[in-house]
Amino acid sequence: MAAGMPRGTRGILLGMAAVLAMALGAPFLSEYLLESLAQALIWGIAAMSLDLLLGYAGLPSLGHATYMGVSAYAAAVVMTRFHGGFFGALGVAVLLSAVVAALFGLLALRAKGHYFLLITMALAMVVWGLAYRWVSLTNGDNGIVDIPRPQLGAAWSLGPILHFYYFTLLCFLIALALMLFFVRSPFGLTLVGIRESESRMRALGYNTWLHKYLAFIVAGVFSGVSGVLWATYNGFVSPMDVDVFGSLEALLMVALGGPGTLVGACIGSAVLVVLKNVVSIYFQRWMTIMGIIFILTVYYAPDGILGYFRRPSARPETM
Amino acid sequence: MLRRVLVLGLVLGVSCALLIPMAGAAAKPIKIGFIAPLTGPAAANAKDMVDALHMAIEDVGGKVAGRPLQVIVEDDATKPAQGLAKARKLVTEDGIQILSGVMLGSVNGAVAPYVNEKKIPFLTMAASPSDITFKKDTAYMLRPISSGIQVMHPFGEWAYKNLGVKRVVLMGLDYSFGYENLQAFHRTFEEAGGKVIQQIWTPVNALDFAPYLAQVNKDADAICALYWGSFSLRFTKQFEEAGLKGKMKVLGGPTFTDEHVLRDMGDEALDIITANSWSAALDTPAAKKFVQEYRKRRGLVPSFYSEMVYSAMRWLFEGIRAVNGNVEDSEKFLAAIKRTKITNAPRGPIALDAYSNAIHNIYVRKVERVGGELQNTVIATIPNVSQFWTYNPDQFIAEPSYSRDYPPCKNCQ
Repeated sequence: MAAGMPRGTRGILLGMAAVLAMALGAPFLSEYLLESLAQALIWGIAAMSLDLLLGYAGLPSLGHATYMGVSAYAAAVVMTRFHGGFFGALGVAVLLSAVVAALFGLLALRAKGHYFLLITMALAMVVWGLAYRWVSLTNGDNGIVDIPRPQLGAAWSLGPILHFYYFTLLCFLIALALMLFFVRSPFGLTLVGIRESESRMRALGYNTWLHKYLAFIVAGVFSGVSGVLWATYNGFVSPMDVDVFGSLEALLMVALGGPGTLVGACIGSAVLVVLKNVVSIYFQRWMTIMGIIFILTVYYAPDGILGYFRRPSARPETM
Repeated sequence: MLRRVLVLGLVLGVSCALLIPMAGAAAKPIKIGFIAPLTGPAAANAKDMVDALHMAIEDVGGKVAGRPLQVIVEDDATKPAQGLAKARKLVTEDGIQILSGVMLGSVNGAVAPYVNEKKIPFLTMAASPSDITFKKDTAYMLRPISSGIQVMHPFGEWAYKNLGVKRVVLMGLDYSFGYENLQAFHRTFEEAGGKVIQQIWTPVNALDFAPYLAQVNKDADAICALYWGSFSLRFTKQFEEAGLKGKMKVLGGPTFTDEHVLRDMGDEALDIITANSWSAALDTPAAKKFVQEYRKRRGLVPSFYSEMVYSAMRWLFEGIRAVNGNVEDSEKFLAAIKRTKITNAPRGPIALDAYSNAIHNIYVRKVERVGGELQNTVIATIPNVSQFWTYNPDQFIAEPSYSRDYPPCKNCQ
């Protein structure tokens, strides 16, 4: 029965079941688990936005924490120094990450492949350096603290983790829906074509540079959203939120989960967050475990976890 | 039949005998959470802290005021976000009543507001930022160790008055710990009559100090350096290699020749003069006993990181005794700890000032080789130093915090 259903429908049903479980089951989960889930959702948005570049457009970017960090700092400054509300901060922050992505995209897209990777990393280090040194704006390595949790309306404060979790889940679903729409649109399909063979797409008359550039900015915008959520979740921002490690983690999440699937990035995000928050409680060598998982993935599931389950040999023969 | 009755009686008797102490031991444990950078560049310092923590618990037989102590150690991986996540876990999952640890200033900044909100007394081991004890929203945060500036204020004045050095170059790590320590020295050194003629800040990821050492102004009588861990090791070696060792005195901040690096240093460290609230060569009975015990159990000389945790725990236990173990009433408990004073910690006396920062002795030390081993021989003691030194607290708080450019380097050439 399940084998006879088209793959897309089964995926949608699974997805809906997961969302329902996450929404209805939340009040019964422990606070710590909710905290971890909220983190997984926030990083899920960031990882998905990276997947747009890595998985769909074929652009491996090591600069992703940049946009998350820029928007996190922008939101932090707006909320602490100018006492702006959450949505005002969100607007400013996302706009700023779009602008930065637009600027950096112009520089980075002059290169391809490994050099693209290097340039995105270099630009990330520039932003990290600014976060460290522009002390009057960013407070240097002590970071900006006391970022308030938003009050949505009179009754709903996002202070308690359950409320914040629901809000994050909502943002996540909206981001997921928008990104799914984006990748299934003609624009998205063109990106996949560019990933497969840019020269052929150009021969067909597509402006491949413009497609890549716009994808870069869109990815930056969604990253910006996750950055604002990250800043309000933690209540602080520090230069460590902008460093190369963050970008690397996002990249690992996408690679682990399965590039080019969006949902794979979410799975990767969940795995990494669980490793950091839950496994690290029981094992001091949790980073070794993380390394082993990655080695096994590279060897046995080079298309990531989701890629592994979707591989052609896994599908039952229908004949 | 008789045998059965006897055996039954014996079993019942033994069970009763076993049950009685169990009824007494049903006292709920006091749970202490401890967050440390167990992975990352400060892992060795974190290990010293955790070892000392366990030793402090063992030394009181695992209980205080009749309640067993349970310690839960978590890794913050040198990241503020992770430190906060672990703090959340300790509070919500483990139900800790007291939090301690946290070596890094950035992690402290992330964790302090959270535990304040949850009303958990927090004994922080973060020396910087110095001004975090001034803020109102960290009422539950106590710092039973020196703040970054606390050690260097008296040292600057002492160095001018006692070492005959008049022109000093400052060189240190380019981040807040470096700024706070060196700028505190800068201020009191110049107020005493000296001149700071140059400031060199080395980036945190600089692996080679040679280009910076080449810039050092040779007119200086002394250099005052702020480094820790492998930075200290590299700096002292390269300072000697650059031929600067004989030309000027070498002074340093508290971590510069601390025992956690002194173990791995050689003759290049001889005659370096630093200040800290501890030295493993401190010649008091309490200190000697601590060093002897620590050496026996851990095989190493206790560093500043070991001692800070050990003393802080001893001091905490006094506070717990003062409320007869009732740590659940956190407001009363907090008030009791703030009033607690001890006089025989390894480092000497410990009390808190009105802003919940420690008041204790500062020792000026010189590296010497004694019995074939390098040690920080104590050459002067400056007693009962607070984080404000001789300045008026309200005035001090109103002034800007020490940073890269404050106080400004008026005599820099």
